Amino acid sequence: MSQKPPACNDFQLGAKKALDNKRLQAQLARTIKEGFQYKRRKGMSRLPEYDALRDRARDIKNHTLDHLDAYLERFEDEVVKAGGHVHWAETPQDARDIILDICIAADAKTVTKGKSMISEEIALNDHLAANGIQPIETDLGEYIIQLRDEPPSHIIAPAFHISKEQVADTFREHHTHLKADRDLREPTDLLIEARGELRQKFLNADVGITGANILIAETGTALIVTNEGNGDLTQSLPPIHIAVTSIEKVVPTLEDATTLLRLLARTATGQEMTVYTTFFTGAKRGDELDGPREFHIVLLDNKRSAMLGGPFHDVLRCIRCGACMNHCPVYACTSGHAYGWVYPGPIGSVLNPQLLGIAQAHVLPNASTLCGRCEEVCPVHIPLPDLLRTWRARAFNAGKPGGLQRLGLKMWAWLARRPLSYRLMVRFKMSLLRLLVGKRGRFTWFIGAGGWTKSRDLPAPQAATKHGGTFMDRYQRGER
Amino acid sequence: MSDSRTRIMGRLKAALDQRHNPTVRFSGADQRMKFPPLGLIPKRGQAEGPARIVMFVDEAEYGHAQVVRLGDLGQVPAAAAKICQEAGAGSLKIAPHPDFQGLDWSGRDVEFGIGHGDDTAGLSRAFAGVAETGTLVLRSGADSPTTLNFLPDVHLVVIFAHEIKASYEAVWAMLRAQAPVGGPVLPRTVNWITGPSRTADIEQTILLGAHGPRKLMILLIDETA
Amino acid sequence: MTQTPVTPPSTSASPRVGLFVTCLVDLMRPSVGFAALRLLERAGAQVVVPENQTCCGQPAYNSGDFKSARAIARDVIEAFGAFDSVVAPSGSCAGMIRVHYPKLFADDPQWRARAEDLAARTLELTQYLANHLNLNDVSATLNATATYHDSCSSKREMGVSDEPRKLLATVDGLELKELADAETCCGFGGLFSIKFPDVSGAIADKKAEMIEDTHAELLVGADLGCLMNLSGKLKRRGQDGRPGVRVYHIAEVLAGMTDAPGVGDGEGETS
Repeated sequence: MSQKPPACNDFQLGAKKALDNKRLQAQLARTIKEGFQYKRRKGMSRLPEYDALRDRARDIKNHTLDHLDAYLERFEDEVVKAGGHVHWAETPQDARDIILDICIAADAKTVTKGKSMISEEIALNDHLAANGIQPIETDLGEYIIQLRDEPPSHIIAPAFHISKEQVADTFREHHTHLKADRDLREPTDLLIEARGELRQKFLNADVGITGANILIAETGTALIVTNEGNGDLTQSLPPIHIAVTSIEKVVPTLEDATTLLRLLARTATGQEMTVYTTFFTGAKRGDELDGPREFHIVLLDNKRSAMLGGPFHDVLRCIRCGACMNHCPVYACTSGHAYGWVYPGPIGSVLNPQLLGIAQAHVLPNASTLCGRCEEVCPVHIPLPDLLRTWRARAFNAGKPGGLQRLGLKMWAWLARRPLSYRLMVRFKMSLLRLLVGKRGRFTWFIGAGGWTKSRDLPAPQAATKHGGTFMDRYQRGER
Repeated sequence: MSDSRTRIMGRLKAALDQRHNPTVRFSGADQRMKFPPLGLIPKRGQAEGPARIVMFVDEAEYGHAQVVRLGDLGQVPAAAAKICQEAGAGSLKIAPHPDFQGLDWSGRDVEFGIGHGDDTAGLSRAFAGVAETGTLVLRSGADSPTTLNFLPDVHLVVIFAHEIKASYEAVWAMLRAQAPVGGPVLPRTVNWITGPSRTADIEQTILLGAHGPRKLMILLIDETA
Repeated sequence: MTQTPVTPPSTSASPRVGLFVTCLVDLMRPSVGFAALRLLERAGAQVVVPENQTCCGQPAYNSGDFKSARAIARDVIEAFGAFDSVVAPSGSCAGMIRVHYPKLFADDPQWRARAEDLAARTLELTQYLANHLNLNDVSATLNATATYHDSCSSKREMGVSDEPRKLLATVDGLELKELADAETCCGFGGLFSIKFPDVSGAIADKKAEMIEDTHAELLVGADLGCLMNLSGKLKRRGQDGRPGVRVYHIAEVLAGMTDAPGVGDGEGETS
């Protein structure tokens, strides 16, 4: 899809749009609460060792990060031993250039793609298209949003915000070679059509590009998890397979990968395991009859090395399961587009400022009640609320928020440290308020509280009623 | 050695050297890879004997695969023909595996080879199975083309009961044991397959047969049964 | 949000408790403070209300002003140094002290130690009453149906879950109905409710609907911020001809102080 510039700071606009969209709200309720949340609970109930495995997964990731250069070095050696090529990309631009060069050298016209968030992060599709190479998304959800020129709204279910009627319209618009009056009412009809359209594309592709969910240092193996099988057709049919991934995806051994895999699908969709979990190591071996003759893996840094050992170190443990956004009360109202870039939800609110710079995404860390549900469900125990606060502290030290808000906060903090002044100020305010409050219990509007009173009443302070005074005043007067 | 690599590794090293001694770090990593810790295997991954087969079948069916039980390899051609007929599949593409090449396919519409775009049914030979989640493990090789696992509409996989292991870890041990000396530990592809292809991308409705096979038929040969 | 281990119950016959009133209780609903006082004293604690208290520093902390938060925290640590336990009628203020004060002083060993010491002694009201004073009967009567709102901080920072329910079960005549989707936030989030009013209001709407679905007459909770948010939302949604839900802090219910108007109700209003 043609990548639009990041719009993270337009979160509130996007949120309002999402809230006003009744169909989307119904979809969210069904997909999130009745879908992902319920399924994860069911998946967890089938594995009593789930919580113990979470601790193991966190420990494996921590250990790996503590030895990251050693494991990446070994990973590279093993890939080369298996006949593959390893490319290192510091920036998204580097990664795009590397991939384009491989495609040009292969004289590629079309490229099939398995779902890859990293490819979104580096804005790969636009770059290929601009250079005369057609990228074709093959994951059904990604295919649909590619046709509609929309960004994904969720990292696991990128098209969940789209109704079946909208999919039918999109297919009619783009599959113009098919009979105009064909029946596309049922999801099965749509699936059969997509399968038919993409089958030939799989077979004709010159290059197949996938991501890699996990890398295994011990064996030089990369793996992908899918349910559709599109990733597998992408990486086994074309003569060239490129896997693009990021450096923190590596784990030491096959057993370590297995621990993570016991958690990944279960946490994301409630499945025991995704239908296809495919481990690929290097290129086609001598006696094989099928498979790519060339294998390339592009290892992207893009700020991961900067995060290592710093305040955002813990976020490098993320296995991209989506549980945080599935359980976030804010995401459940706004869906993914409001977050304005590749990664939505709590993980996006921590990652986007890092990858884009805080100036481009400073609103996101504030778009949270800090309820802590995300941390509670995270399979690798990432302390997301603390990381959101760390971003807020950085923004504060850089002058955000400014203006009246900052003044208000500073004033409150000043008063909080001076109990006598605090009580004087409060007594004064309450005496003024008493005139307004009278016998009322609440306000439907109040000066300065526009935000609050837009959608709810504001309870009146008891201290401004005839009972006269704050707790501390009344207590000090002897009331018990 | 590319500039990018040097810079990336340089940053990693700088960050990590602050935490611990690089020699210790590299040898620590080596140790873990040389003697991989087994990790936590859930109780469900420790089934033994007949209970293991029961678990495999239950979990495979939970994942929407279908299990057909056979007494020996010789029953495969008839079973496969029946499945193809019921599924409305035309001919059967068979992996060029010695176990299949030795069977009697006379009078049946079959072809040996790799997967092709218009295959309606394909027959593969599993390397192992994992009872824990009813998962089939297939490996790529001259006798086991990966494309056959994904292109046909109906995928038939033959597995012997004794090839079903309790956990994934047991299968890794098998693969490590078979690795050529000095060569890559794993074959080009190892597929874990748990059920037929599916998607929930259209209004979260589960549909089978997204791009891969719509039906997964596990032909389980239990010679003791 | 990890929980620091709860210290074993005080062995003293009459433990010395410092009451952390909280700024919301102080300004918005002092009756909660008096209710807490009564409950603690009836259950055998010696309660002191230090004069030098205003706020726990959460607004500064959650806005990223760690410097001010630290300054306020130091004042609180000083003011509450001398007590066996520090009790707050609020999961979020107790959580701020217990979970976050030590983090604020991560790089300052001296203040970190003092923060950890205070943290280990700080508890939310219902957990202190139930687990430390072993209060098993509040001798209150209230013939009504109620539903209980667990605040996120109470649950996740302070580990409170059974305690309020155990205590409410000893109120004669009170029938408790559980809220569906209790894991989900009410949408308050402190300044979030003002900065992101659309989203906050939408989250509160969902919670209000759950509350209305219980058909309970009362909404009870242990965090005044949540209660103000939900009261405001329930009132705005309107009654539809039914009697409206009355909102009280759990301290008020346990102390038998529910004759007074609920949160958001005026004089003489019975909702």
